[in-house]
Amino acid sequence: MTNVADTTPRATNVHQPLFALVDVNNFYVSCERVFNPRLEQVPVVVLSNNDGCAVARSNEVKALGVKMGAPWFKLKDLEKKHGIVALSSNYTLYGDMSNRVVSVMRDLAPDIEVYSIDESFIRIERTAHLYGGTVPMGHIIRNRVRQWTGLPVCVGIGETKTLAKFANHIAKKNNEFNGVCDVAAMSLDERNQWMRRIDVGEVWGIGRRISERLIKLKIQSVHDLVSADIKRLRAHFGVVMERTVSELRGVSCLALEDVAPSKQQIMSSRSFGTMMHTIELIGEAVAWHVHAAAEKLRAQHSVAGAIYVFIQTNRFRDSDPQYNGGMVVPLADVSDDTRALTTAALHGLRRIFRDGYAYKKCGVMLIELQDKRIRQETLFDDPQARARSARVMLALDAVNRVWGRGTLRTAASGITQRWAMRSENRSPRYTTHWRELPVVR
Amino acid sequence: MNSHNHIVMRTLHQTPVSLAPEPSVHEAPLFLYKVAAGFPSPATDYMEDGLDLNEFLIQHKAATFLFRVQGNSMRDAGIVDGDKAVVDRSVEPQHNHIVIAVVDGEYTIKRLYRVRDRIELHAENPTYSPIVIAADSQLEIWGVVVGVVRRYPA
Repeated sequence: MTNVADTTPRATNVHQPLFALVDVNNFYVSCERVFNPRLEQVPVVVLSNNDGCAVARSNEVKALGVKMGAPWFKLKDLEKKHGIVALSSNYTLYGDMSNRVVSVMRDLAPDIEVYSIDESFIRIERTAHLYGGTVPMGHIIRNRVRQWTGLPVCVGIGETKTLAKFANHIAKKNNEFNGVCDVAAMSLDERNQWMRRIDVGEVWGIGRRISERLIKLKIQSVHDLVSADIKRLRAHFGVVMERTVSELRGVSCLALEDVAPSKQQIMSSRSFGTMMHTIELIGEAVAWHVHAAAEKLRAQHSVAGAIYVFIQTNRFRDSDPQYNGGMVVPLADVSDDTRALTTAALHGLRRIFRDGYAYKKCGVMLIELQDKRIRQETLFDDPQARARSARVMLALDAVNRVWGRGTLRTAASGITQRWAMRSENRSPRYTTHWRELPVVR
Repeated sequence: MNSHNHIVMRTLHQTPVSLAPEPSVHEAPLFLYKVAAGFPSPATDYMEDGLDLNEFLIQHKAATFLFRVQGNSMRDAGIVDGDKAVVDRSVEPQHNHIVIAVVDGEYTIKRLYRVRDRIELHAENPTYSPIVIAADSQLEIWGVVVGVVRRYPA
């Protein structure tokens, strides 16, 4: 900014917030394509854990009318007819690629909030001038991410997070924008035109049910929503809606959250690859989930006060006898020790397990979390034992970080892991495993 | 698994070249001279961090990927079967760079020959002939090879 600009009456506007929303197009599918050029221009879906339903679709698959979450067994005929390639999800790969995208963007603009595995908000009002303006900055982000990681992204820019999301939607659906749209730079007329053309259901935070209710009130387009009486909307839908409308009008209500708040609960659960009948095998699965959850617990420097363990039969098999069991096991002392948590979880499992059922799913949830540094002393507190436990857990996490989760674990989680989830067509973990690197001739 | 059996036997204290998300763990050197009495130890002026292979091989971590080389088409450039090629996507490919290119849906490692409008991919092994890219077609280059890693089964 020049001194001249600082002395003009507009100076107060110089640092009005400006948000960019950057998201990767069809993220999981795009990750797969980076390492497998044969998937280019081929219809590709990525399936959920256990290969149940579609969680990511390439544009070709979207064009066939396949919806998000469509159960895969219902798509089998489409698979044959159109040659859809269905891949099991490879979260190890997606996680690594996500980190790379964020680190490329952080180099370009440090004010960043990672919103999900494939979306980030960036504050750009202080940095855009370094790149010659907002739209040029958007293109630099887009080109840099594409070149460095191979992933295609779209960039939406606006005065608020909700407007940045809205701009991103425009960029994604309209090729003439080349993947970058700044609604803050549009004339009021132009912005209103886009708002008239786009359904209210596309607005960030407005789900299907709310949009159905809005349509009954004759609010169909985004423009209808911003022109509606905000007090009336608030009376019908509450403060969240009021905030959404304010944001669409350009009043920023949602700030950048640079640190994701610690989770209040940590869950780890999954369906088994096949039905499980014995407490021994289910116990191994429960212990494995404790491992995964406890690792996350320590990573956010929390301790748990209790653990919830549950088992379920397959509710989709009506002919089978059904049983769902779950219980919370409180811990004598808060803990982040995998061994203490495993003992508690297995104790709970023994209480809820019933013979004679075919089990489909189990899991654990760590609850009553608190910050480790402000933990309360208890009657049975043993500082020496606690220090010993901390050292063991530190070593456990370090080994598993370097050698892959599950390298070092309690014997309770089993050796063969027969309960492991079904993922029949998972691609190699190209970027994190020495034995699975892509091959070049 | 055949040619890369030798990486199976790594033990904990051998630090492999790693692209793990965490920075590599290394012990900070200790500075243990006493300040008050006499002269400071002249050795402290020479205290430095240890050598880090990540730093040597990787300039742009977010853009760097490893490939496993199969076959010997680049033998005379010193790249042989089983080597791990370090590929930096942030580098702009130029004439004479060794690159990973996409040819017929497969990755190929070759030297990029690009003079005027002529684009070719040259093997570094006389038994392979150059791949000539037709004048009206595009060549997709996945990344530029900036290094090679090899371990011997010792």
